Formats: sequence, structure tokens, C-alpha cells
Amino acid sequence: MNLKDLLVSDAIVAKLDLLSRDQVIEKAGGLLVSAGTVLPQYIEAMRKVMEDLGPYCVIAPGIALLHARPENGVIRSSLALVTLKHPICFGHSTNDPVDLAFALAANDKKSHIDALAELAGYLSESNFLRVLRENTNSLSLKNSIFSYIDNRK
Amino acid sequence: MVIATLCGMGFGTSMMLKLFIDDILKAEGIKAETSPWDLGSFKGNKADIVVAPVDMESHLKDYPAKIILIKNLVDKAEIKEKVLQAIRELS
Repeated sequence: MNLKDLLVSDAIVAKLDLLSRDQVIEKAGGLLVSAGTVLPQYIEAMRKVMEDLGPYCVIAPGIALLHARPENGVIRSSLALVTLKHPICFGHSTNDPVDLAFALAANDKKSHIDALAELAGYLSESNFLRVLRENTNSLSLKNSIFSYIDNRK
Repeated sequence: MVIATLCGMGFGTSMMLKLFIDDILKAEGIKAETSPWDLGSFKGNKADIVVAPVDMESHLKDYPAKIILIKNLVDKAEIKEKVLQAIRELS
């Protein structure tokens, strides 16, 4: 599975006006629920991971990678992206505030790995981060992400 | 040498770290076994080096391994510098 297969086109939303960490989790998870790739309980599971283990999921400055376990209601491996109009503090020691939130669902521990590696590589590129941060509407964000990926291949 | 990468689930953040570290080790010609773990399952296992996100520090206080904490998990330069330094210190 590559990143294009993992990333759900209808689950990419730009510049949402949200107020809290929980709202971000709810919205990003809700996109996967709407896409039919996770059950609603997955959202609560992601919230609980954050509560139990702390905000380590803020993997890089401004970037959160939210996820829970395959058994928490994953139907299909998938990835959602929410970009935020106003950055929100998640409580991380160095990487706050967050303006890019990914919600990852994996239906086993292996199938999503290639896609995740691809994503990690892109997230280390400033041009890709610019694409994520500069697009102000969801359609242009989607198109820009997929064309960035296509141009790389 | 055994390097364990940790996160809460064992297949997200820790897997990303493992893949980056594998690349770094390969480029440097260093042989080591790297494996991703979730925090709960890892307890009781042995590793020479544990690599984890910085905000997991409080969960790793009593681990009998060299602990490396990473701030930016997609910053290969930070990961490379810290991992190679730890390997040098151990060898």
C-alpha cells in the first residue's frame, strides 16, 4: 500500500477553525468515520491514547500524527488530514502549536508501513510542508498533495 | 547491537523511527538490529539503545538502556546525530 492508497481524498480538509485538541481529534477521526474506514469508537480510542501516553504524537513542529490500535474499530487502513486556521497547543514540550493533524488508521501492524515511510519522507521536505500549509481550500489542498506525490514518482 | 524504537502503539511513530534509523545505519555501514515496540510490550525486553519521542521521557525513567529522545521525528539530521553518538559511546 502506498501513500496515495492510504490517504482518503474525501478526508483532506483545509484550514478548519477549531478550538481544542479534542476538537481536532474528533474532526480528523470523523473524516475517517464518514469515509467508512473506521467505526465511530476509533475517535474515542485516539483521544484515550493521547490522554494515557501524553502528546508524543506531535511528531514534528506543528505536526500531529493521531492514531489508535487496529482493534479499536478499523475497517480499512486509511489516513485523514486536517489543516488548521489557528494553530492549537497539544501540550507537547517542543513541537507545539499544531496546525497539521493526520489521523491514521491501520487494520494490521504491517500493511500501512510503506505508505507511512513515504509520508515521513515527505514531511521532512519543506516544499511539501509549504503545500500543506499554504492551501486555503480543501480542493486545492487535495489536488496539490496528489500532484506533489505524482511528480515525485 | 539491539536498537529498540518506541511509541504508544508500536507501528506508527516507532515504525517511522525504525525506518529512518535503518537508512542511517545502512548508509554508515553499521550493523544493528532495530525493532519497533509499543511501550507496554517493550517492558522487560532488552535493548542497548532505546529511541523514543521526547515526550515519552517520563515513561522511560528506569530503563536499563541508553535512552535517546527525539524532538522532531521526521528530522533525519537530528535522528542521525543522536543515534550515531549513542552508538559511538557504546562501542
